[in-house]
Amino acid sequence: MEENRIPPVSRRRVLAGGALTVTGALAGAGITAAVERGSGSQDGSGGDAGRRPRTVTVAYGEETVPFHGRHQAGIATPAQSHAVFLGFELAKGTDRAALGRMMRLLTDDAARLTRGEPALADTEPELAALPARLTVTFGFGPGLFRAAGVDDQRPASLEPLPRFGIDRLQDRWSGGDLLIQICADDPLTVAHAQRMLIKDARSFARLRWTQRGFRRGRGVEDDGVTQRNLMGQLDGTANPYPDDDVFSEIVWTDAGPRWLRDGGTTLVLRRIRIELETWDAVDTGAKEFTIGRRLGTGAPLTGTAEKDLPDFGAENDLGLPVISEHAHIRRAHVGEDRRRIFRRPYNYDEAVAADGRSETGLLFASFQRDIGEQFLPIQRSLAESDLLNEWTTPIGSAVFAVPPGCAAGGWIGDTLLG
Amino acid sequence: MRHDYLSELPNAKPEGRRIMRATTSPTARRTRRPRVLVAASAVAVLGMITLAGCGSDDSSPSGSGGSATATPGEATATAAPVTMKDPWVKAAESGMTGAFGTLVNRTDADITVVSATSGASRTTELHEVADVDGKMVMRPKEDGFVIPAKGSHRLEPGSDHLMLMGLADAVKPGDEVPVTLTFKDGRTLEFTAVAKQFAGGKENYEPGESGMKDSGMSDMKKD
Repeated sequence: MEENRIPPVSRRRVLAGGALTVTGALAGAGITAAVERGSGSQDGSGGDAGRRPRTVTVAYGEETVPFHGRHQAGIATPAQSHAVFLGFELAKGTDRAALGRMMRLLTDDAARLTRGEPALADTEPELAALPARLTVTFGFGPGLFRAAGVDDQRPASLEPLPRFGIDRLQDRWSGGDLLIQICADDPLTVAHAQRMLIKDARSFARLRWTQRGFRRGRGVEDDGVTQRNLMGQLDGTANPYPDDDVFSEIVWTDAGPRWLRDGGTTLVLRRIRIELETWDAVDTGAKEFTIGRRLGTGAPLTGTAEKDLPDFGAENDLGLPVISEHAHIRRAHVGEDRRRIFRRPYNYDEAVAADGRSETGLLFASFQRDIGEQFLPIQRSLAESDLLNEWTTPIGSAVFAVPPGCAAGGWIGDTLLG
Repeated sequence: MRHDYLSELPNAKPEGRRIMRATTSPTARRTRRPRVLVAASAVAVLGMITLAGCGSDDSSPSGSGGSATATPGEATATAAPVTMKDPWVKAAESGMTGAFGTLVNRTDADITVVSATSGASRTTELHEVADVDGKMVMRPKEDGFVIPAKGSHRLEPGSDHLMLMGLADAVKPGDEVPVTLTFKDGRTLEFTAVAKQFAGGKENYEPGESGMKDSGMSDMKKD
């Protein structure tokens, strides 16, 4: 493009500048070091062809998301590119006092690591240096309330979801007493945080499942752009943005047990397998009919742009609804803002079978103030007659209350367990 | 019991506390909460805990005594311009264990730690790991830990550390263990170390044994 007319040195600046624009606010941190200059004249080959590979390090590795605050980070935080969800089962004898000790340890680890500092007794302190927007988010499953002897403090609808006809749930992806969600824009950062947190959790609990997910790499496209899932659809067009007025009333719990009300929320994590083999057999028109949107633009079948509101009343020449009664977006549609959910999904794509069959899907992470009032009605509607069910299968399911955030000196869960 | 026997020790603090373990009592919570984890959080924000000169003894060796800005929640110290940054102790079921952290000296003169006590252990020794005839062994550090002027001294597994011997109870992950250091000039520093499960820093002494020989530590490899 235009860059081709610019001399090499300037061109590098242009590229770097572009990266900065994409990554957004960088709080004064510049581009680090960066460029290993393989000059053409030194190695004698001249021109672009003679350059050795160069590594440009952009400073987003040092970006941090504040850990302390009214809400836990990792919910309203624009989704980072990598995530792991860890589901734990409490060991026998992990009572309220032990849970307090555990949450103090884990809170301290999270507070340090998210600042880009080693955890206490960090065996690989160097790995903590680049937090890359690391967030650590904790959730309490139904079993934790029983173990702590505070079952009366459990939100009424915080219980395993009822079994839906579409479910093929597997134990190894379901349930759990404690959730740790770790997200960052760098997979090495996630792995280190995971290791440190697990080392402090395992005196109190055993891992039940580990679910890794990914989104687009940081900077590959603008943060505000709706990402595609592995079925190729733009996924999340109707999702509220954290700075929308309605976000708060959708996400932050405002009724039920007092301890959760001041800044807490709930999380439903569904592991949804995508049947790519059979999805492959569907032609584009049928895929769009199933979803109710164009695959290319993400526009509803009644519109031309992604953000156009679907017209569910529109009919075609035959008098049939343009957006089918069973199309995914109609079944998932919620009229009332307070009944909507906030999705923060990640893709998964595990080891492929010998015959090439993929193990692919979505870690469907849904935050809402109340599972019973928001998630369940939508899930019921989808389970009833969503055309998409043909190619998607829930294979894991877990629910958690997500405690409010804490101030420096406090710990996550202190309003319940302290 | 512990109290009696602690008070027989030269540096005994009569108010020496036992391990503070989480309870659900609101009172306990109030007294416990502002301790280690809080201090740890504050450390990272402020860079270090400032507590110099907040005791009644005003004969601070440095001129910085008036700059104390200790706030509730930071580690406490009495009249010692030294702080303990990021203290922690290795969780142990019984016997003995090590405590670690970074001692920071804000004064213009070297300061020497000569002894330590803990409410969690019968005795507490200052240890070093030294190369003796090609083997790394642990042994008491006779001359104490010297914290250089305007500098710091790290206590870490495989190096200088505090050895808590004759644990009264299991030190469980998340417990908060009180420790008191005494400096050469007689002043003291109290802090609380949080217990963490940790694979390194193996302490294989038999309970009550304080010598280095036959301690099981002689096989320890240098890191």
